[in-house]
Amino acid sequence: MKQKLVIIGAGMASGRLIETLVETAPDAYDITLFNAEPRGNYNRLMLSPVLSGEKTYDEIVTHDEAFYDAHGVTCRFGEWVTGIDRAAKVVTGTHGPVAYDKLVIGTGSLPFIIPLPGHDLDGVIAYRDLEDTQRMMAMGAGRRVVVIGGGLLGLEAAAGMAARGADVTVVHIMGHLMERQLDEAAGYLLKTSLEDKGITVRLQSNSKEILGENGHVKALMLDDGTELPCDLLVMAVGIRPNVALGKEAGLAVGRGIHVDNQMVTSDPDILSVGECVEHQGAVFGLVAPLYEQAKVAAQTLLGQEAAFVQKSLSTKLKVTGCDLFSAGDFADAPGREDIVFRDPSRGVYKRLVIEKDRLIGAVMYGDTADGAWFFGLIKDGTPIDDMRETLIFGPAFQGGAQADPLSAVAALPPEAEICGCNGICKGTITEAIAGGAHDLAAVRSTTKASASCGTCTGLVEQVLQVSLGDAFQMPTAQPICGCCDLSHEDVRRLIKAKALKSQPAVWQELGWKTPNGCHVCRPAVNFYLLADWPLEYRDDPQSRFVNERKHANIQKDGTFSVVPRMWGGITTPDELRAIADAADKYAVPTVKVTGGQRIDLLGVKGEDLPHIWADLNRAGLVSGHAYSKGLRTVKTCVGTDHCRFGTQDSTGLGIKLEQALWGSWTPHKVKLAVSGCPRNCAEATCKDVGIVCVDSGYQVGVGGAAGMDVKETERLIDVATEAEAIAVTVAFVQLYRENAKYLDRPYKWLGKVGLDWVRERILDPAERQRLVDAFELSQSIYRKDPWAEHAARPRAYAPLADLTLEAAE
Amino acid sequence: MSWIDIAAIDDIPERGARVVKTPVGCIALFRTAVAEVFAASNTCPHKGGPLADGIVHGQKVTCPLHNWVFDLNTGQAVGEDARIATYPVRIEAGRVLLDGMAVGKRSAA
Repeated sequence: MKQKLVIIGAGMASGRLIETLVETAPDAYDITLFNAEPRGNYNRLMLSPVLSGEKTYDEIVTHDEAFYDAHGVTCRFGEWVTGIDRAAKVVTGTHGPVAYDKLVIGTGSLPFIIPLPGHDLDGVIAYRDLEDTQRMMAMGAGRRVVVIGGGLLGLEAAAGMAARGADVTVVHIMGHLMERQLDEAAGYLLKTSLEDKGITVRLQSNSKEILGENGHVKALMLDDGTELPCDLLVMAVGIRPNVALGKEAGLAVGRGIHVDNQMVTSDPDILSVGECVEHQGAVFGLVAPLYEQAKVAAQTLLGQEAAFVQKSLSTKLKVTGCDLFSAGDFADAPGREDIVFRDPSRGVYKRLVIEKDRLIGAVMYGDTADGAWFFGLIKDGTPIDDMRETLIFGPAFQGGAQADPLSAVAALPPEAEICGCNGICKGTITEAIAGGAHDLAAVRSTTKASASCGTCTGLVEQVLQVSLGDAFQMPTAQPICGCCDLSHEDVRRLIKAKALKSQPAVWQELGWKTPNGCHVCRPAVNFYLLADWPLEYRDDPQSRFVNERKHANIQKDGTFSVVPRMWGGITTPDELRAIADAADKYAVPTVKVTGGQRIDLLGVKGEDLPHIWADLNRAGLVSGHAYSKGLRTVKTCVGTDHCRFGTQDSTGLGIKLEQALWGSWTPHKVKLAVSGCPRNCAEATCKDVGIVCVDSGYQVGVGGAAGMDVKETERLIDVATEAEAIAVTVAFVQLYRENAKYLDRPYKWLGKVGLDWVRERILDPAERQRLVDAFELSQSIYRKDPWAEHAARPRAYAPLADLTLEAAE
Repeated sequence: MSWIDIAAIDDIPERGARVVKTPVGCIALFRTAVAEVFAASNTCPHKGGPLADGIVHGQKVTCPLHNWVFDLNTGQAVGEDARIATYPVRIEAGRVLLDGMAVGKRSAA
């Protein structure tokens, strides 16, 4: 005879339980299913894709009416269970009682609502069921939403509503997002991706009060007084097991309903599964253990041997474009070691945590393809000693003796496709390499491989490495120096993302291992800060190399050279007389004409600097910044003023450019030139920015070099007017300031980001204007003569004391 | 020891240095923190670079000419078999004092 089974709650666990029961022993039980929600089992995990519009509700229903009909499940949906009489073995619902032989409680969890003032206002919801989802789906363009909670659920809610066009702010109390699943670095990458989707993220923010109007939510007030206006407030701060029914029935209850390994509660006829359960002190929120519990419970009900064992869990965030994965335990602890892989240009971060010779945790962002494999290693406790060196590259690089991460690429046949976007196979790339394309940029330009989405960049580099061997330097995300673990790119991104506005903030927040950096990282960080926060942060002379601190070039004997600015290479007899007088007065041993069309006074003593500057200032001469990572010179030819071939006023344009750009700090030195015709007497085509005037206007080229590397400029854009030529130049310099790695000349930076990327931004009128404005804002601080300032305090350049004089007394 | 008052500590920029001329040559006073000063030879043993012009970081200085790094506690060059002389220095009531005996002055000022 069939036994009577009553199940309370149609959640994901009970759905799986019913499925297992009816599949293995369809005749064992008569099943009655209660559900407070007026519907049956659906895949709650998939509410986020429903919210974002990627799926419909119908698509996420796991068991429909036909299923319940076919298996004789009596459905009592939309009905609350009011009590369990364990002695009589009867469950009472709002529509009447039903007797049971076996009972399964799957009442799930309740969202945790923070008891803030105003939490009961209309428009304050949790994210738990279809009703909540539908409220959120009504939020479209022009609607403002605040989500409290930067965990899995909160972020999925935020991303879903942002995808519908709502203006979403996430308020999170911790220092980084998803702190239970992610480490800090992955948390930052996630935050950046969400911000790219237009979501505002406020970390370390404490909610204080929910403000309302006419009974409806109006804004969330933080404890610093900030008000965040909203039409809907979603609390996604966590869940707690819904134990009310079990507790009332007198079952053993802690945080959840206590169950043993067979999922049986303190009453042998009552089982419990899902988020309402507490097993060996743990409660559950992810789906994998819930399914496992359901299977064990079904087997227990059928009298089979089964035991639930807790396992490591893995998490994936279901937000399009945020590819993250975490599994196991990745907290720092003694005896644990990390293997970290970063590729900032692709936004890839992978971290493996190893204890003894086992993988115990993994966090991945940007490229999670190997997640399942790592998760398997964690679950199985596989010894990883043999593959440790290549572990982070994933399963493709493992196997037997070939532990070389390149072996997989080396083994690819020539027809294997490397670049999916452009359909480029390995053979095409190796041919290009054989034909002389010996770096990534060259391969890109000859084959187009990795020139579109860029995700195959790593593979292309590996093909280069395999083909060229040691002749190809594999680019790796090197830390800036021994003081930190972050690359230049990471530090730049984090300074922006975390709004770090001082050096101590950088040392602290980015985990510097030294008190205040070193001669390698400090100048870089100083530049990044002043470039990103021109008003809030001021240049720190103590973080500048001596030349930039003393505004003169140190020479091998400790003396300095002094180079006054000659705008566009134009000077006057008065200026020349002042220079000659200064050279005489300070006994300058060498006077030299430079390659940048000005005059260098070499061999000036350090303590004389303020005085010679004061003298030169009086004649109207200012610093030529011949020492700085900043604008050096704008070389010109005489253009239409005198030359019979000149097409435009190249000298005038050069002077205007120099006046716009002088004083600005840049990642490395910047040299310009303007030639009045294609004969190019100003040698503009080997400068960082070189303008060649033609009859129709101005050809702006960028990325030239004439130092250790010699390189011709590439044409950025042709413009018709002088004003446009200036705007384009300023915008280019600002883009370089905002993005380049410290000590990368523009041509090096262009090699990394690509000219197309730069051109796209310069051609966009709004972006060009933004860049020009940002540069002007910065120049409101830095467009001034440092010599004049330093000449006013000559004591700083003199010895602090002279004990030799006293000794002579 | 005979302590000579050299200057106010604020005459030396934090994470910066200044030079004092003495009978034993130029000595650099490095201010490594708000109230921490080291005294050492100003001359890099490598090519004579002026160490007071270097970048001061932690309790170290980097020579501006070729990036030799010196530990100011000992004068030892990091990773090089070389050393610069260090001198006793102390801070008292916001003033920096150098030991006159050590820098070649027989009597205190």
